[in-house]
Amino acid sequence: MSLWQYANPVKFMALSGRVLPTLTVLSACLLITGLIWGFFFTPDDYQQGSTVKIIFLHVPAAMMAINAWVMMLVASLIWLVRRHHVSALAAKAAAPIGITMTLIAIATGAIWGKPMWGTYWAWDPRLTAFMILLVFYFGYIALWSAIEDSDMAADLTSILCMVGSVFALMSRYAVNFWSQGLHQGASLSLDKEQHVHDAFFYPLMICIIAFILLFITLVLLRTRTEIRLRRASALVARGAK
Amino acid sequence: MIALLRRDIVLAFRSGGGFGLTLGFFLILVMFVPLGIGSDADILARIAPGILWIGAILSCLLSLERIFQIDYEDGALEALATSPIPLEGIAAAKAMSHWITTGLPLTLVAAPLGYLLSLPADLYGWLIASLLCGTPALSFIGTFGAALTVGIKRGGLLLSLLVLPLYIPTLIFGAQTVTRASVNLPATSALMILAAISLFSIVVMPFAAGLALRAALK
Repeated sequence: MSLWQYANPVKFMALSGRVLPTLTVLSACLLITGLIWGFFFTPDDYQQGSTVKIIFLHVPAAMMAINAWVMMLVASLIWLVRRHHVSALAAKAAAPIGITMTLIAIATGAIWGKPMWGTYWAWDPRLTAFMILLVFYFGYIALWSAIEDSDMAADLTSILCMVGSVFALMSRYAVNFWSQGLHQGASLSLDKEQHVHDAFFYPLMICIIAFILLFITLVLLRTRTEIRLRRASALVARGAK
Repeated sequence: MIALLRRDIVLAFRSGGGFGLTLGFFLILVMFVPLGIGSDADILARIAPGILWIGAILSCLLSLERIFQIDYEDGALEALATSPIPLEGIAAAKAMSHWITTGLPLTLVAAPLGYLLSLPADLYGWLIASLLCGTPALSFIGTFGAALTVGIKRGGLLLSLLVLPLYIPTLIFGAQTVTRASVNLPATSALMILAAISLFSIVVMPFAAGLALRAALK
Protein backbone atom coordinates (compact mmCIF):
# COMPACT_ATOMS: atom_id res chain seq x y z
CA MET A 1 0.00 0.00 0.00
CA SER A 2 1.40 3.33 -0.92
CA LEU A 3 0.06 6.67 -2.02
CA TRP A 4 1.57 6.19 -5.47
CA GLN A 5 -0.88 3.48 -6.46
CA TYR A 6 -3.49 6.22 -6.90
CA ALA A 7 -1.30 7.56 -9.70
CA ASN A 8 -2.93 4.80 -11.71
CA PRO A 9 -5.88 6.56 -13.41
CA VAL A 10 -8.21 3.58 -12.91
CA LYS A 11 -7.53 3.43 -9.18
CA PHE A 12 -7.74 7.20 -8.97
CA MET A 13 -11.13 7.22 -10.70
CA ALA A 14 -12.45 4.50 -8.38
CA LEU A 15 -11.28 6.21 -5.19
CA SER A 16 -12.27 9.74 -6.19
CA GLY A 17 -15.66 8.49 -7.36
CA ARG A 18 -16.22 6.97 -3.93
CA VAL A 19 -15.17 9.98 -1.83
CA LEU A 20 -16.60 12.74 -4.02
CA PRO A 21 -20.24 12.59 -2.82
CA THR A 22 -19.18 12.72 0.84
CA LEU A 23 -16.75 15.55 0.18
CA THR A 24 -19.34 17.52 -1.75
CA VAL A 25 -21.95 17.26 1.01
CA LEU A 26 -19.39 17.97 3.74
CA SER A 27 -17.97 21.07 2.08
CA ALA A 28 -21.45 22.38 1.25
CA CYS A 29 -22.61 21.92 4.87
CA LEU A 30 -19.51 23.54 6.34
CA LEU A 31 -19.70 26.42 3.90
CA ILE A 32 -23.34 27.09 4.70
CA THR A 33 -22.75 26.76 8.46
CA GLY A 34 -19.66 28.93 8.44
CA LEU A 35 -21.12 31.68 6.28
CA ILE A 36 -24.47 31.84 8.11
CA TRP A 37 -22.71 31.84 11.48
CA GLY A 38 -20.31 34.46 10.23
CA PHE A 39 -22.87 36.72 8.61
CA PHE A 40 -25.72 36.60 11.12
CA PHE A 41 -24.39 35.45 14.49
CA THR A 42 -21.23 37.47 15.00
CA PRO A 43 -21.13 40.94 16.56
CA ASP A 44 -20.24 44.03 14.54
CA ASP A 45 -16.69 45.23 14.88
CA TYR A 46 -16.40 48.43 16.93
CA GLN A 47 -14.37 50.12 14.20
CA GLN A 48 -15.38 48.46 10.98
CA GLY A 49 -19.06 47.86 11.70
CA SER A 50 -20.73 45.09 9.78
CA THR A 51 -18.29 45.35 6.85
CA VAL A 52 -15.90 43.17 8.83
CA LYS A 53 -18.06 40.16 7.98
CA ILE A 54 -16.69 39.96 4.46
CA ILE A 55 -13.63 38.46 6.17
CA PHE A 56 -15.42 35.10 5.99
CA LEU A 57 -15.12 35.14 2.20
CA HIS A 58 -12.01 37.25 1.78
CA VAL A 59 -9.52 35.42 3.98
CA PRO A 60 -10.35 31.83 2.91
CA ALA A 61 -10.38 32.80 -0.77
CA ALA A 62 -7.04 34.58 -0.45
CA MET A 63 -5.54 31.60 1.34
CA MET A 64 -6.80 29.17 -1.27
CA ALA A 65 -5.56 31.39 -4.10
CA ILE A 66 -2.03 30.89 -2.81
CA ASN A 67 -2.54 27.27 -1.72
CA ALA A 68 -3.84 26.36 -5.17
CA TRP A 69 -0.59 27.57 -6.70
CA VAL A 70 1.42 25.59 -4.13
CA MET A 71 -0.66 22.51 -4.93
CA MET A 72 0.03 23.07 -8.64
CA LEU A 73 3.74 23.34 -7.87
CA VAL A 74 3.75 20.05 -5.95
CA ALA A 75 1.73 18.31 -8.66
CA SER A 76 4.08 19.70 -11.33
CA LEU A 77 7.13 18.43 -9.46
CA ILE A 78 5.53 14.99 -9.13
CA TRP A 79 4.90 15.00 -12.87
CA LEU A 80 8.47 16.04 -13.67
CA VAL A 81 10.01 13.48 -11.32
CA ARG A 82 7.69 10.48 -11.53
CA ARG A 83 5.71 11.10 -14.74
CA HIS A 84 2.26 10.35 -13.32
CA HIS A 85 -0.37 11.64 -15.71
CA VAL A 86 -2.96 12.13 -12.99
CA SER A 87 -0.60 14.57 -11.29
CA ALA A 88 -0.16 16.69 -14.42
CA LEU A 89 -3.91 16.72 -15.01
CA ALA A 90 -4.58 17.69 -11.39
CA ALA A 91 -2.26 20.69 -11.78
CA LYS A 92 -4.12 21.65 -14.96
CA ALA A 93 -7.45 21.23 -13.18
CA ALA A 94 -6.42 23.38 -10.21
CA ALA A 95 -5.37 26.45 -12.21
CA PRO A 96 -8.83 27.80 -13.12
CA ILE A 97 -9.97 27.24 -9.53
CA GLY A 98 -6.94 29.13 -8.28
CA ILE A 99 -7.62 32.02 -10.62
CA THR A 100 -11.25 32.14 -9.44
CA MET A 101 -10.12 32.27 -5.81
CA THR A 102 -7.71 35.08 -6.66
CA LEU A 103 -10.49 37.02 -8.33
CA ILE A 104 -12.82 36.44 -5.36
CA ALA A 105 -10.12 37.67 -2.99
CA ILE A 106 -9.51 40.78 -5.08
CA ALA A 107 -13.23 41.50 -5.57
CA THR A 108 -14.22 41.05 -1.91
CA GLY A 109 -11.17 43.08 -0.92
CA ALA A 110 -12.31 45.88 -3.22
CA ILE A 111 -15.82 45.83 -1.72
CA TRP A 112 -14.26 45.92 1.74
CA GLY A 113 -11.77 48.58 0.78
CA LYS A 114 -14.32 51.12 -0.40
CA PRO A 115 -15.89 51.87 3.03
CA MET A 116 -12.67 51.24 4.98
CA TRP A 117 -9.94 52.92 2.93
CA GLY A 118 -12.23 55.04 0.77
CA THR A 119 -11.05 53.34 -2.41
CA TYR A 120 -11.72 50.13 -4.30
CA TRP A 121 -8.14 49.74 -5.35
CA ALA A 122 -4.83 51.04 -4.10
CA TRP A 123 -1.34 50.03 -5.18
CA ASP A 124 -0.68 48.45 -1.84
CA PRO A 125 1.96 45.66 -1.68
CA ARG A 126 -0.51 42.92 -0.77
CA LEU A 127 -3.00 43.96 -3.42
CA THR A 128 -0.25 44.24 -5.99
CA ALA A 129 1.07 40.82 -5.01
CA PHE A 130 -2.36 39.35 -5.76
CA MET A 131 -2.48 41.12 -9.08
CA ILE A 132 0.92 39.55 -9.84
CA LEU A 133 -0.37 36.13 -8.79
CA LEU A 134 -3.27 36.66 -11.19
CA VAL A 135 -0.97 37.29 -14.17
CA PHE A 136 1.10 34.21 -13.27
CA TYR A 137 -2.11 32.16 -13.39
CA PHE A 138 -2.98 33.73 -16.74
CA GLY A 139 0.39 32.78 -18.20
CA TYR A 140 0.14 29.23 -16.87
CA ILE A 141 -3.34 28.64 -18.29
CA ALA A 142 -2.42 30.29 -21.59
CA LEU A 143 0.56 27.97 -21.99
CA TRP A 144 -1.62 24.90 -21.32
CA SER A 145 -4.10 25.94 -23.95
CA ALA A 146 -1.47 26.84 -26.55
CA ILE A 147 0.19 23.42 -26.85
CA GLU A 148 -1.63 20.58 -28.51
CA ASP A 149 0.57 17.65 -27.53
CA SER A 150 -0.55 16.92 -23.98
CA ASP A 151 2.69 15.44 -22.63
CA MET A 152 4.71 18.33 -23.97
CA ALA A 153 2.18 20.77 -22.53
CA ALA A 154 2.46 19.07 -19.14
CA ASP A 155 6.28 19.25 -19.31
CA LEU A 156 6.46 22.89 -20.28
CA THR A 157 3.75 24.09 -17.88
CA SER A 158 5.44 22.21 -15.04
CA ILE A 159 8.72 23.95 -15.79
CA LEU A 160 6.90 27.28 -15.98
CA CYS A 161 5.18 26.58 -12.66
CA MET A 162 8.53 25.81 -11.03
CA VAL A 163 10.31 28.89 -12.34
CA GLY A 164 7.20 31.01 -11.89
CA SER A 165 6.98 30.06 -8.21
CA VAL A 166 10.49 31.36 -7.60
CA PHE A 167 9.75 34.63 -9.37
CA ALA A 168 6.30 35.03 -7.84
CA LEU A 169 7.85 34.69 -4.40
CA MET A 170 10.58 37.14 -5.36
CA SER A 171 7.96 39.61 -6.63
CA ARG A 172 6.03 39.26 -3.41
CA TYR A 173 9.00 40.57 -1.42
CA ALA A 174 10.01 43.01 -4.13
CA VAL A 175 6.69 44.85 -3.82
CA ASN A 176 7.29 45.23 -0.07
CA PHE A 177 10.51 46.98 -0.94
CA TRP A 178 8.71 49.07 -3.52
CA SER A 179 6.01 50.55 -1.31
CA GLN A 180 4.56 50.54 2.18
CA GLY A 181 0.94 49.55 2.37
CA LEU A 182 -2.49 50.18 3.75
CA HIS A 183 -3.37 46.54 4.27
CA GLN A 184 -3.40 45.26 7.84
CA GLY A 185 -1.13 42.41 8.86
CA ALA A 186 -2.11 38.77 8.69
CA SER A 187 -5.46 37.97 10.28
CA LEU A 188 -4.23 34.59 11.45
CA SER A 189 -0.79 33.40 12.38
CA LEU A 190 0.64 30.45 14.21
CA ASP A 191 3.40 32.17 16.14
CA LYS A 192 1.66 35.28 17.44
CA GLU A 193 -0.61 35.80 20.40
CA GLN A 194 -2.80 38.34 18.74
CA HIS A 195 -5.49 36.72 16.64
CA VAL A 196 -8.83 37.95 15.55
CA HIS A 197 -11.34 37.80 18.40
CA ASP A 198 -12.77 34.37 19.29
CA ALA A 199 -16.24 35.40 18.13
CA PHE A 200 -14.81 35.73 14.63
CA PHE A 201 -12.19 33.03 14.94
CA TYR A 202 -14.45 29.95 15.07
CA PRO A 203 -16.71 30.77 12.12
CA LEU A 204 -13.61 31.87 10.21
CA MET A 205 -11.93 28.52 10.83
CA ILE A 206 -15.08 26.73 9.64
CA CYS A 207 -15.07 28.84 6.48
CA ILE A 208 -11.40 28.12 5.85
CA ILE A 209 -11.91 24.37 6.28
CA ALA A 210 -14.96 24.60 4.04
CA PHE A 211 -12.94 26.38 1.35
CA ILE A 212 -10.18 23.76 1.58
CA LEU A 213 -12.73 20.96 1.17
CA LEU A 214 -14.43 22.86 -1.64
CA PHE A 215 -11.09 23.19 -3.39
CA ILE A 216 -10.33 19.47 -3.02
CA THR A 217 -13.80 18.59 -4.29
CA LEU A 218 -13.48 20.83 -7.31
CA VAL A 219 -9.97 19.62 -8.14
CA LEU A 220 -11.04 15.98 -7.93
CA LEU A 221 -14.09 16.68 -10.07
CA ARG A 222 -12.11 18.56 -12.69
CA THR A 223 -9.33 15.98 -12.72
CA ARG A 224 -11.93 13.27 -13.34
CA THR A 225 -13.28 15.34 -16.20
CA GLU A 226 -9.79 15.73 -17.66
CA ILE A 227 -9.17 11.98 -17.43
CA ARG A 228 -12.49 11.24 -19.12
CA LEU A 229 -11.67 13.83 -21.79
CA ARG A 230 -8.30 12.18 -22.38
CA ARG A 231 -9.97 8.76 -22.67
CA ALA A 232 -12.61 10.11 -25.03
CA SER A 233 -10.03 11.70 -27.31
CA ALA A 234 -8.02 8.46 -27.26
CA LEU A 235 -11.14 6.58 -28.34
CA VAL A 236 -11.82 9.11 -31.09
CA ALA A 237 -8.23 8.83 -32.30
CA ARG A 238 -8.49 5.04 -32.38
CA GLY A 239 -11.78 5.23 -34.27
CA ALA A 240 -10.32 7.60 -36.84
CA LYS A 241 -7.56 5.20 -37.85
CA MET B 1 30.04 27.75 -27.51
CA ILE B 2 32.23 30.71 -28.43
CA ALA B 3 31.61 29.94 -32.11
CA LEU B 4 27.87 29.82 -31.47
CA LEU B 5 28.05 33.11 -29.60
CA ARG B 6 29.96 34.73 -32.43
CA ARG B 7 27.58 33.35 -35.05
CA ASP B 8 24.52 34.69 -33.22
CA ILE B 9 26.05 38.12 -32.74
CA VAL B 10 27.03 38.34 -36.42
CA LEU B 11 23.55 37.20 -37.47
CA ALA B 12 21.95 39.83 -35.26
CA PHE B 13 24.04 42.66 -36.70
CA ARG B 14 23.46 41.64 -40.34
CA SER B 15 20.42 43.02 -42.11
CA GLY B 16 17.17 41.52 -40.90
CA GLY B 17 18.81 40.63 -37.59
CA GLY B 18 16.67 43.04 -35.66
CA PHE B 19 19.54 44.88 -34.00
CA GLY B 20 18.50 48.36 -35.13
CA LEU B 21 14.82 47.59 -34.62
CA THR B 22 15.23 47.26 -30.85
CA LEU B 23 16.96 50.60 -30.50
CA GLY B 24 14.49 52.27 -32.86
CA PHE B 25 11.61 50.93 -30.80
CA PHE B 26 13.19 52.22 -27.61
CA LEU B 27 13.63 55.67 -29.15
CA ILE B 28 10.03 55.81 -30.37
CA LEU B 29 8.71 54.63 -27.01
CA VAL B 30 10.63 57.34 -25.16
CA MET B 31 9.47 59.91 -27.74
CA PHE B 32 5.86 58.86 -27.13
CA VAL B 33 6.01 59.75 -23.45
CA PRO B 34 6.23 63.55 -23.80
CA LEU B 35 3.74 63.33 -26.67
CA GLY B 36 1.28 61.50 -24.46
CA ILE B 37 1.93 63.18 -21.13
CA GLY B 38 3.08 66.66 -22.06
CA SER B 39 6.49 68.29 -22.13
CA ASP B 40 6.55 69.55 -18.53
CA ALA B 41 10.19 68.98 -17.52
CA ASP B 42 9.38 68.38 -13.83
CA ILE B 43 6.91 65.59 -14.52
CA LEU B 44 9.18 64.06 -17.12
CA ALA B 45 12.16 64.11 -14.77
CA ARG B 46 10.11 62.37 -12.09
CA ILE B 47 8.83 59.55 -14.31
CA ALA B 48 11.98 59.20 -16.43
CA PRO B 49 13.55 56.31 -14.43
CA GLY B 50 10.39 54.22 -14.65
CA ILE B 51 9.80 55.05 -18.30
CA LEU B 52 13.35 54.18 -19.29
CA TRP B 53 13.18 50.88 -17.43
CA ILE B 54 9.79 49.93 -18.87
CA GLY B 55 11.04 51.01 -22.30
CA ALA B 56 14.15 48.86 -21.96
CA ILE B 57 12.05 45.83 -20.92
CA LEU B 58 9.59 46.22 -23.79
CA SER B 59 12.37 46.73 -26.33
CA CYS B 60 14.11 43.66 -24.98
CA LEU B 61 10.88 41.70 -25.34
CA LEU B 62 10.73 42.45 -29.07
CA SER B 63 13.78 40.42 -29.95
CA LEU B 64 13.17 37.49 -27.60
CA GLU B 65 11.13 35.49 -30.07
CA ARG B 66 14.03 35.37 -32.54
CA ILE B 67 16.39 33.74 -30.04
CA PHE B 68 15.24 30.23 -30.86
CA GLN B 69 12.42 30.61 -33.38
CA ILE B 70 14.51 31.12 -36.53
CA ASP B 71 16.92 28.34 -35.63
CA TYR B 72 13.97 26.10 -34.82
CA GLU B 73 12.27 26.76 -38.13
CA ASP B 74 15.30 26.06 -40.34
CA GLY B 75 16.39 23.06 -38.30
CA ALA B 76 19.59 24.59 -36.95
CA LEU B 77 18.39 24.12 -33.40
CA GLU B 78 18.01 20.37 -33.86
CA ALA B 79 21.49 20.24 -35.36
CA LEU B 80 22.77 22.16 -32.35
CA ALA B 81 20.93 19.80 -30.00
CA THR B 82 22.90 16.85 -31.41
CA SER B 83 26.21 18.66 -30.98
CA PRO B 84 28.43 17.87 -27.98
CA ILE B 85 27.44 21.13 -26.26
CA PRO B 86 24.59 20.47 -23.81
CA LEU B 87 21.33 22.35 -24.42
CA GLU B 88 21.98 24.34 -21.25
CA GLY B 89 25.19 25.62 -22.79
CA ILE B 90 23.40 26.51 -26.01
CA ALA B 91 20.78 28.43 -24.03
CA ALA B 92 23.50 30.26 -22.09
CA ALA B 93 25.33 31.21 -25.30
CA LYS B 94 22.08 32.39 -26.89
CA ALA B 95 21.20 34.46 -23.83
CA MET B 96 24.67 35.97 -23.78
CA SER B 97 24.49 36.95 -27.44
CA HIS B 98 21.02 38.39 -26.85
CA TRP B 99 22.42 40.52 -24.05
CA ILE B 100 25.35 41.72 -26.15
CA THR B 101 23.07 42.67 -29.05
CA THR B 102 20.17 44.04 -26.96
CA GLY B 103 20.89 44.72 -23.30
CA LEU B 104 24.26 46.36 -23.81
CA PRO B 105 23.15 48.74 -26.64
CA LEU B 106 20.02 49.64 -24.64
CA THR B 107 22.22 50.54 -21.68
CA LEU B 108 24.42 52.70 -23.89
CA VAL B 109 21.57 54.66 -25.48
CA ALA B 110 19.67 55.05 -22.19
CA ALA B 111 21.77 58.04 -21.12
CA PRO B 112 21.02 60.23 -24.18
CA LEU B 113 17.38 59.19 -23.99
CA GLY B 114 17.42 60.11 -20.30
CA TYR B 115 18.59 63.58 -21.35
CA LEU B 116 15.56 63.83 -23.66
CA LEU B 117 13.35 63.10 -20.63
CA SER B 118 15.19 65.77 -18.58
CA LEU B 119 16.63 63.25 -16.17
CA PRO B 120 18.72 65.14 -13.56
CA ALA B 121 22.45 65.01 -14.34
CA ASP B 122 23.46 63.21 -11.14
CA LEU B 123 21.25 60.22 -11.95
CA TYR B 124 22.98 59.12 -15.17
CA GLY B 125 25.48 57.05 -13.24
CA TRP B 126 22.71 55.25 -11.36
CA LEU B 127 20.67 54.73 -14.52
CA ILE B 128 23.56 53.20 -16.43
CA ALA B 129 24.65 51.12 -13.44
CA SER B 130 21.13 49.79 -12.89
CA LEU B 131 20.68 48.90 -16.56
CA LEU B 132 24.09 47.30 -16.71
CA CYS B 133 23.27 45.18 -13.64
CA GLY B 134 19.68 44.46 -14.65
CA THR B 135 19.66 43.76 -18.37
CA PRO B 136 21.49 40.40 -18.08
CA ALA B 137 18.52 39.19 -16.03
CA LEU B 138 16.18 40.35 -18.81
CA SER B 139 18.10 38.37 -21.44
CA PHE B 140 18.47 35.18 -19.39
CA ILE B 141 14.86 35.13 -18.17
CA GLY B 142 13.73 35.98 -21.69
CA THR B 143 15.72 33.09 -23.14
CA PHE B 144 13.85 30.77 -20.80
CA GLY B 145 10.54 32.19 -22.04
CA ALA B 146 11.68 31.80 -25.65
CA ALA B 147 12.61 28.18 -24.96
CA LEU B 148 9.15 27.51 -23.48
CA THR B 149 7.36 28.82 -26.56
CA VAL B 150 9.75 27.54 -29.22
CA GLY B 151 7.45 24.82 -30.54
CA ILE B 152 4.39 27.05 -30.68
CA LYS B 153 3.47 28.69 -33.93
CA ARG B 154 3.03 32.44 -33.56
CA GLY B 155 4.00 32.22 -29.92
CA GLY B 156 5.03 35.87 -29.73
CA LEU B 157 2.04 37.10 -27.79
CA LEU B 158 2.12 34.12 -25.46
CA LEU B 159 5.82 34.74 -24.93
CA SER B 160 5.07 38.27 -23.70
CA LEU B 161 2.39 37.00 -21.35
CA LEU B 162 4.78 34.43 -19.88
CA VAL B 163 7.89 36.55 -19.63
CA LEU B 164 6.55 39.90 -18.44
CA PRO B 165 5.41 38.60 -15.01
CA LEU B 166 8.88 37.12 -14.54
CA TYR B 167 10.36 40.58 -15.15
CA ILE B 168 8.52 42.16 -12.21
CA PRO B 169 11.32 41.89 -9.61
CA THR B 170 13.90 43.16 -12.10
CA LEU B 171 11.70 46.12 -13.02
CA ILE B 172 10.99 47.00 -9.38
CA PHE B 173 14.59 46.95 -8.23
CA GLY B 174 15.89 48.53 -11.44
CA ALA B 175 13.52 51.48 -11.34
CA GLN B 176 13.82 51.75 -7.56
CA THR B 177 17.60 52.13 -7.80
CA VAL B 178 17.25 55.28 -9.87
CA THR B 179 14.14 56.57 -8.09
CA ARG B 180 15.75 56.19 -4.67
CA ALA B 181 18.87 57.98 -5.83
CA SER B 182 16.68 60.80 -7.14
CA VAL B 183 15.21 61.46 -3.66
CA ASN B 184 18.57 61.01 -1.91
CA LEU B 185 17.72 57.68 -0.34
CA PRO B 186 20.38 54.98 -0.23
CA ALA B 187 20.18 53.27 -3.62
CA THR B 188 23.02 50.78 -3.36
CA SER B 189 20.84 48.16 -1.63
CA ALA B 190 18.42 48.10 -4.58
CA LEU B 191 21.33 47.95 -6.99
CA MET B 192 22.86 45.03 -5.12
CA ILE B 193 19.59 43.09 -5.08
CA LEU B 194 19.27 43.82 -8.80
CA ALA B 195 22.75 42.43 -9.40
CA ALA B 196 21.79 39.40 -7.29
CA ILE B 197 18.72 38.78 -9.46
CA SER B 198 20.91 38.97 -12.56
CA LEU B 199 23.50 36.58 -11.17
CA PHE B 200 20.76 34.19 -10.06
CA SER B 201 19.20 34.31 -13.55
CA ILE B 202 22.55 33.75 -15.24
CA VAL B 203 23.16 30.66 -13.13
CA VAL B 204 19.69 29.12 -13.02
CA MET B 205 17.83 30.16 -16.15
CA PRO B 206 20.02 28.31 -18.71
CA PHE B 207 19.16 25.08 -16.89
CA ALA B 208 15.45 25.85 -16.93
CA ALA B 209 15.72 26.84 -20.59
CA GLY B 210 17.61 23.62 -21.36
CA LEU B 211 14.89 21.62 -19.65
CA ALA B 212 12.22 23.40 -21.68
CA LEU B 213 14.14 22.96 -24.96
CA ARG B 214 14.56 19.27 -24.27
CA ALA B 215 10.79 18.91 -23.74
CA ALA B 216 9.99 20.96 -26.83
CA LEU B 217 12.40 19.14 -29.17
CA LYS B 218 11.34 15.67 -28.13
